[in-house]
Amino acid sequence: MSVKVTIDGIPVEVEPGTTILNAARQIGGDIVPPAMCYYSKLKDSGGKCRTCLVKVSKGSEKDPRPMPKLVASCRTTVMDGMEVQNITSPEVVEARKGIVEILLINHPLDCPICDQAGECDLQNLAFDHGAAKTRYEFDRRKFEKIDIGDKIQLHMTRCILCYRCVFVADQITDHRIHGILNRGDHSEISTYIKAAVDNDFSGNVIDVCPVGALTDKTFRFKNRVWFTKPVEAHRDCDHPGCNGKVTLWYKGEDVLRVTARKDVYGEVEEFICNTCRFDKKSTGDWVIEGPRKVSNQSVISANHYETLHPLPVVKTNILLQEANKEQFERETRL
Amino acid sequence: MESLSNKRKVIESKPLNFWERAYLPAILHGLAITMKHFLFKKDVTVRYPEQKREFSENFRGMHSLKRDEEGRERCTACGLCALSCPAEAITMISAERQPGEENLYREEKYAAVYEINMLRCIFCGLCEEACPKEAIYLDGDIIPADYLRKDFIYGKDKLVEAPLNQ
Repeated sequence: MSVKVTIDGIPVEVEPGTTILNAARQIGGDIVPPAMCYYSKLKDSGGKCRTCLVKVSKGSEKDPRPMPKLVASCRTTVMDGMEVQNITSPEVVEARKGIVEILLINHPLDCPICDQAGECDLQNLAFDHGAAKTRYEFDRRKFEKIDIGDKIQLHMTRCILCYRCVFVADQITDHRIHGILNRGDHSEISTYIKAAVDNDFSGNVIDVCPVGALTDKTFRFKNRVWFTKPVEAHRDCDHPGCNGKVTLWYKGEDVLRVTARKDVYGEVEEFICNTCRFDKKSTGDWVIEGPRKVSNQSVISANHYETLHPLPVVKTNILLQEANKEQFERETRL
Repeated sequence: MESLSNKRKVIESKPLNFWERAYLPAILHGLAITMKHFLFKKDVTVRYPEQKREFSENFRGMHSLKRDEEGRERCTACGLCALSCPAEAITMISAERQPGEENLYREEKYAAVYEINMLRCIFCGLCEEACPKEAIYLDGDIIPADYLRKDFIYGKDKLVEAPLNQ
């Protein structure tokens, strides 16, 4: 038993109870609504940022009336015969532009300093959907700096209150020691009585954070993301619940940063433990699988050129292979 | 065959007359032109580097890293200049500003090392265009000649503007 929905004119059959966002992800491509707070690996996430708003132009086969307002696609389940408009509806595009503007009201424009720049969801969202200039004239909100440990850096000013890290703390780590304090404009991510975030899986809050509010302190200001080279690697991790599959970010010979592997929607495939993330930073700790595929639209792929090793002319010639052996070994090491 | 364009010239070669065959008047005439340039015309060259020509307004020369109104370095080592550089001439190492250095660096992060290889640089000005902090401008002179390659790698000592009160 499956239900049929149409998203931007593309029909898809999904299980009943699937959300519109996940139905769109089954189709894939441009019609997938962007999501800042929804995270498929975290239960109950979503419904906060409103970037995934879509227009339901036909409610269902039984009740074909359109829904009166735009709905959050990450929270709305599909109905049989539902028709959804995302990028084909000017209303949605306009609303999304407004949402980006609101998200950016209190977000500082410190991308040149932020370590997340280059792989930031909000940066991409604003680039694709936002206006080029801000209309906001008032001071942005400020917070007292809170140190949440020597591994994770919290920049509260950059937070968009997506609650993803709170869900990680709730669901992945065994006891939660950080959360959202205060209400409304004063809401902030913090730890109770400034306790350090100290759990084997606490590092995952860095990966789930869509902005640069939670960043890796061991990578802080080390390098820009687009100068580093992502390489897929794995190791045998003793920790139950961590399978040790990661992305290493190289600069030259050094591993500057270790992150979990992310899929096309910027969500991690599997959560990794803090030992893998923070303590194993030499090539010897890892089994290298190969370079990570980076979309050629991403800034991370800038100035990285692919060359075939060995060159086709050398491949068939054993004499040339022998003569250039040393060079191949050097070039194919990474 | 008829010519396609009417540009063909028919060359007439008349025999030279006596004065033309003597060559001397032609030589003297040529010498007179030389002497006229040598003695009475202004030099077209200048004695660089003591003497310099006026540059056009949009001339792109040596880079300088700017300071803001309070004399703090504007550069935050965001790396956009290095990213945009088609010659890959720029490298930098960033560092975090320590408490007490607020009068030296404008932002939380600054470039501890900032190097431009002037032999690689093509003076295209893309770094200037990419800079979000208005920190780099190619407003200097022509890069002076030198003997060693290593001396063309300009660090912050040569690039950063002089402090305000000096």
